[in-house]
Amino acid sequence: MKEKELKFEDAVKRLEKIVAELEDGNLSLDDSLKKYEEGVMLSRLCSKKLNEAQKKIQVLSKKASGEFETSDFKGDDE
Amino acid sequence: MNTLTKERIYTVSEITKDVKLILESSLSAVWIEGEVSNFTLHSSGHMYFSLKDKKSVLRCVMFHRANEILKFEPKAGMQVVCFGSLSVYEARGDYQLIVERMEPKGVGALQIAFEQLKEKLFKEGLFDAEHKKLLPVLPKRIGVVTSPTGAAIRDIINVLSRRFANLNVILYPVMVQGSQAAGQIAQAIDDFNTFKDIDVLIVGRGGGVLEDLWAFNEEIVARAIYNSRIPVISAVGHEIDWTISDFVADLRAPTPSAAAELVVASKEEFLSGIQNIFARLNAAMQSIADILSSQLSALKNAYVLRRPLNVFLQYQQRIDELTGRLDALSPTAILSRGYSITKRSADGKVIKDSSQLKKDDEIVTRLHKGEIRSRVEAVG
Repeated sequence: MKEKELKFEDAVKRLEKIVAELEDGNLSLDDSLKKYEEGVMLSRLCSKKLNEAQKKIQVLSKKASGEFETSDFKGDDE
Repeated sequence: MNTLTKERIYTVSEITKDVKLILESSLSAVWIEGEVSNFTLHSSGHMYFSLKDKKSVLRCVMFHRANEILKFEPKAGMQVVCFGSLSVYEARGDYQLIVERMEPKGVGALQIAFEQLKEKLFKEGLFDAEHKKLLPVLPKRIGVVTSPTGAAIRDIINVLSRRFANLNVILYPVMVQGSQAAGQIAQAIDDFNTFKDIDVLIVGRGGGVLEDLWAFNEEIVARAIYNSRIPVISAVGHEIDWTISDFVADLRAPTPSAAAELVVASKEEFLSGIQNIFARLNAAMQSIADILSSQLSALKNAYVLRRPLNVFLQYQQRIDELTGRLDALSPTAILSRGYSITKRSADGKVIKDSSQLKKDDEIVTRLHKGEIRSRVEAVG
């Protein structure tokens, strides 16, 4: 879906643009409602993106073949 | 000439060899300070130059095997201290210093090397602002190039966990000091660039003396950072430590902890930012709705829309009023109130004055209903 591809910063930028347009108040009711709907969707998307990443700390190792493997990093503070 | 024949007569080669032996045995390990002049780096890799002071000049050679470990490039005018042995170049009978080690006088060799590389890369444009890439606002995966056992990775993980618990960090373990460090760091940066989903790199280590931080002043690391497609944050040592990496990197962090803080704003900041925009979105939509609904209610309360019949009734009333006034003007209406009109029968002339009539004139009086025909008896 298109919304998945949208990067966080792009979503924020788009959201800010929509808010500015609505604040200008020069849109028709139909357009306002469309923008508002999109704005609500973008707000949700941004919040979702903030929460979706998994905490993971991995360490990389290069195999003799030149390929990489990752394994969990065990810092001595954990 | 007996005395003469008893003396030994040297050939030029013999005496030169003796001088060489004497020089090399008595002056085989000396430190000499002076100013470099006539410096030439021969294509063989050997360096030829002179050391001079106010009164004298000493020829010097620094062979390739000795000069390849030099961190800096000697230049004419530079004050240096050389260690080596005196020898004779037999072909010309010149004596010269064979330099084994060279140190700049006053500042350290590393400092000179740092300044030289900095100037070189600056001239090449590696520090230019237009090459600096923007950091992603919310990086999904952060690549870290540092030692797995150093303070830097611990600090970075601590800060990231505190600010944004759900980040994905990949550590590429490297040596951060020693002769292999620079090569490993550069390789790690190159390798990370073969991955698709790394959004930003932190390259660095904790504090140390200049020698410890040296890998981050090596050209190979500087070029790897410059060539990196992924934005690089350089985080070496403490606030006061500036390295070549710092100049080339897209962003310089004073410490590894600071790098972690720079790489991502705290989650709370993000969330409150989003909530803020969301509130503005709602407020903007609300005010649009308010304006529209007040326009709507103004329309609804408009006279026409509220009681359409009123308008009709008003017209009706107006029409009645007008017709009423019209009736008042009509003569028949006057008659209905008891007035009458009198005409002379002979010519039908309306009588408004008694002098218009004389005795025995016949008159017709029109009433509201019907007429009366009468004869005048007398005129008053």
